[in-house]
Amino acid sequence: MADLTRLTAAQTAAAIASGETSAVDVAQAHLDRIAAIDEKVHAFLHVDTEGALAAARAVDAKRAKGEELGPLAGVPLALKDIFTTEGVPTTVGSKILDGWIPPYDATLTRRLKEADVVILGKTNMDEFAMGSSTENSAFGPTGNPWDLTRIPGGSGGGSSAALASFQAPLAIGTDTGGSIRQPAAVTGTVGVKPTYGAVSRYGMVAFSSSLDQGGPCARTVLDAALLHEAIAGHDPLDSTSIDAPVPAVVEAARNGDVRGLRVGVVKEFGGEGYQDGVMTRFHESVELLRELGAEIVEVSCPSFTYALAAYYLIAPSECSSNLARFDAMRYGLRVGDDGTRSAEEVTALTREAGFGAEVKRRIMLGTYALSSGYYDAYYGSAQKVRTLITRDFERAFGDVDVLVSPTTPTTAFPIGERADDPMAMYLADLCTIPSNLAGNAAMSLPCGLAPEDGLPVGLQIIAPALADDRLYRVGAAVESAFTARWGHPLLEEAPTL
Amino acid sequence: MTVTDDLVSYEDALASYDPVMGLEVHVELGTRTKMFCGCSTELGAEPNSQVCPTCLGLPGSLPVVNAVGVESAIKIGLALNCEIAQWCRFARKNYFYPDMPKNFQTSQYDEPIAFNGYLDVALEDGEVFRVEIERAHMEEDTGKSTHIGGATGRIHGASHSLLDYNRAGIPLIEIVTKPIEGAGERAPEVARAYVAELRELIRALGVSEARMEMGQMRCDVNLSLRPHGTEKFGTRSETKNVNSLRSVERAARFEIQRHAAVLSTGGTIVQETRHFHEDTGSTTSGRIKEEAEDYRYFPEPDLVPVAPAREWVEELRATLPELPRLRRARLREEWGISDHEMQSVLNAGAIDLIVATVDAGAPADQARKWWMGELARRSNEDGVELSALPITPAQVARVCALVAEGKLNDKLARQVIEGVLAGEGDPDQVVEKRGLAVVSDSGALGAAVDEAIAGNPGIADKIRDGKVAAAGALVGAVMKATRGQADAARVRELILEKLGVQG
Amino acid sequence: MPGITREEVAHLGRLSRLELKDEELDHFAGQLDEIIGAVARVSEVAGEDVPPTSHPLPLTNVMRPDVVRPSLTPQQALSGAPAQEQQRFKVPQILGED
Ligand SMILES: [Mg+2]
Ligand SMILES: [Zn+2]
Repeated sequence: MADLTRLTAAQTAAAIASGETSAVDVAQAHLDRIAAIDEKVHAFLHVDTEGALAAARAVDAKRAKGEELGPLAGVPLALKDIFTTEGVPTTVGSKILDGWIPPYDATLTRRLKEADVVILGKTNMDEFAMGSSTENSAFGPTGNPWDLTRIPGGSGGGSSAALASFQAPLAIGTDTGGSIRQPAAVTGTVGVKPTYGAVSRYGMVAFSSSLDQGGPCARTVLDAALLHEAIAGHDPLDSTSIDAPVPAVVEAARNGDVRGLRVGVVKEFGGEGYQDGVMTRFHESVELLRELGAEIVEVSCPSFTYALAAYYLIAPSECSSNLARFDAMRYGLRVGDDGTRSAEEVTALTREAGFGAEVKRRIMLGTYALSSGYYDAYYGSAQKVRTLITRDFERAFGDVDVLVSPTTPTTAFPIGERADDPMAMYLADLCTIPSNLAGNAAMSLPCGLAPEDGLPVGLQIIAPALADDRLYRVGAAVESAFTARWGHPLLEEAPTL
Repeated sequence: MTVTDDLVSYEDALASYDPVMGLEVHVELGTRTKMFCGCSTELGAEPNSQVCPTCLGLPGSLPVVNAVGVESAIKIGLALNCEIAQWCRFARKNYFYPDMPKNFQTSQYDEPIAFNGYLDVALEDGEVFRVEIERAHMEEDTGKSTHIGGATGRIHGASHSLLDYNRAGIPLIEIVTKPIEGAGERAPEVARAYVAELRELIRALGVSEARMEMGQMRCDVNLSLRPHGTEKFGTRSETKNVNSLRSVERAARFEIQRHAAVLSTGGTIVQETRHFHEDTGSTTSGRIKEEAEDYRYFPEPDLVPVAPAREWVEELRATLPELPRLRRARLREEWGISDHEMQSVLNAGAIDLIVATVDAGAPADQARKWWMGELARRSNEDGVELSALPITPAQVARVCALVAEGKLNDKLARQVIEGVLAGEGDPDQVVEKRGLAVVSDSGALGAAVDEAIAGNPGIADKIRDGKVAAAGALVGAVMKATRGQADAARVRELILEKLGVQG
Repeated sequence: MPGITREEVAHLGRLSRLELKDEELDHFAGQLDEIIGAVARVSEVAGEDVPPTSHPLPLTNVMRPDVVRPSLTPQQALSGAPAQEQQRFKVPQILGED
């Protein structure tokens, strides 16, 4: 059998189901790959060798007994370290949770286990998912497999890097302002932010509750769809969970077709700050869509220019409250408890020592925005902008079926370049944030390499809330046309590590 | 902590100032589970055994609203004559405290579920005072801390604290009055009557037992004074977590005297929280905060808005019980007792028990006699609530029936009740086991009567001569001989019969 | 809009329970000032008539029945505790009041 780590998830599941290979062999091949290269990439914070092999053995035992296997049975997956895993460390990339072993599984974790997915371990991320480069991890940065001196995106850089370096065929990310899509774009992989409420947030450590959404990361559109179906669906433990059937995303991914579709190009995404090569590949993608039979329409969403500002008020406000629980009383780090200090002092010392600079910055920003006297001007106004952005989307979707844009203004930047320049860093999420504010669905998939630096560029597709299947129908069509044009999947051009 | 505050006499305080009160009552609902998670609310569980990721505030956990919590809030709102919100949200109240796992309380802020109501309360002399209700909103309780190492078990001087989160997340309804003006010298009495009436109402609604001694209902007393004839409110003090009716009254009274002392010497009242001390009847200052509280309220993003359907609200309105004040008036009438007697029944917590006993067939005066007499005595002796005694209204009604049928007299009935309380079974079983039935059989009583006549020839002669009243002495002798078990009326009949006298 | 001063950062640090170091006060003051300057424009666009959006999807009345679900065991609940005593979370002395 060929290199098991090069298979797609769909191929892997088929090979295991047919007995061509075993789940244990697949798991072992990936564990070996991790052992061989992750020192360089640093995609994982924790590798659960025992747990992965035990899960794989269980799949093989099921098959031996003739039980029917699910569509992802035995497929390895890299889980972002923001989902709780019973008995397996969960750090959220923060020192404040270093060593914490949750006593419960997130709903998403439980669903993956029920689908017989083999969880290899937990992936690196910006601390508490705050960042666009994974440099904010308390445990050191992750390298982009295309160029290890560059960022793999963030906050889910560990997940995207694991995919792009063939350490796992599937990964899970979370997207608050672009943390699934931007890493996918800069690593040449596929990432989907489902409609808000599609994937349960129970057990996903909260950054900004009204924006956070878990979703699938993969190397192909079909693989992402298979994972999407496994993790989505109503959860009574999450009040914001959608109580409706999951759109038929797998079927859509198997039937890529854009003929007769109206595709909107958002006028506001482009121009100053956008890298030439990114725009070149984006225009090619639009041209491709036209060739494939889509009708291209320019649309204007004027409020989008305020999205970044609104986001950097709403997300910090919610995070300042969500992260208050990390107080050294019940779990996690405790610093300075020498018998003389009060609980208040110990809490303040622990939070000072346990949180990194970006987390502190956002906590203070949010505390400021919610303060009496400032609430209306900042948090209140930001929530109004959110209404305007939602209206812009509604107007646009009244006219078109999906919107497209570049996923990010630039390709992967060098590690360290924007580390202490928060405003520059925030620009990475310019195109992704509106969908978080409005709660609709969006995907990023590879659309080529930027001519000037040879790094991957992502195409973003945006669909209305609850119409996640449209992403996959369009994404599959674009993917198959590009793959045919390139003669191979884009990732084959990545350096071998 | 020593009390250094000077006081002026209550009369002097009222001579110069007019008190304005605000009362904030927190009621723990009697739901089976917590407000935002499925953990049990059962009392008496071992520490930290009724906690889950949500009420422990573990990373990743999320809240889901308890439907019965919302229903109870609406019922309370309706009973307080409030409007029920068409649409409202939960909000986060952000502040750090170790007994609060998330370091924010999930509460409601500017969109309470119920608002703009009133409650009419009856004062001791029957006067009815209307207390306007600002709002009633839903929130959650905190965990419980035990302070170790301090001399008094208080927070000051403790070396560390231990936290049990079983109570964290239990549903609370906070009921806030509008400023209570115009009560004058009766302000402390109004405060007490309001909390008492509210407690009865909550119980009548069946949403909580509202037992103040168990912390299921707690009252914050906000009080300020203003000189007579002025409109503007003075600076208020907030006396927190007062947990008995008597203390509510005393705290208000104390604060009136303390404020007056400060104001009359040209001082200013500090806006602060204060603690009430049962032992001294006084309040002391809480910690003065360096910076004003800023709770940074914002809509809870993890919970969706609550928009109670009007049909639901109307359904709940239809289930509302008779208001306690009106019900008391009706029962007082039906039972034919005085205001004062009714007050005793209310204070003893006996109203529902008496009603249930009457419903089970007992005459009201009998039911009241047993609950307010023998049983009230026992509940005092044992230090348990009347309703917690191991006897049911049906059993008390059965005792009344046995007395009415002549099968028991009062003395025997007391023994039967004692037997029921001792766990010996139903009244009939106790009668049977203890052999307590009244003896009225002439055969069995004949010998004792004969003996009594023989032993008291002088009295017997008097009776024969027509002094029927003297029969009492012989009845007494027979009762003594039969250890009280004889049917006294039947004994009298037999004596007269045997002595050939008409009764 | 007021500029963010060192003192203001110190105040925010106290409100959010961060024992900020001296050099952080200056550093964060500059950065927060820049960020707030950039995001303040949100107040320019939306008028009085625009309602704020707190939740991305218009769901209402999500409630659960009042039915007991299994809790964690006390051992699980306390498994992450930095310190414990008598099956309770042991915390340093608490200042202030209930
Ligand atoms: Mg409250
Ligand atoms: Zn719970």
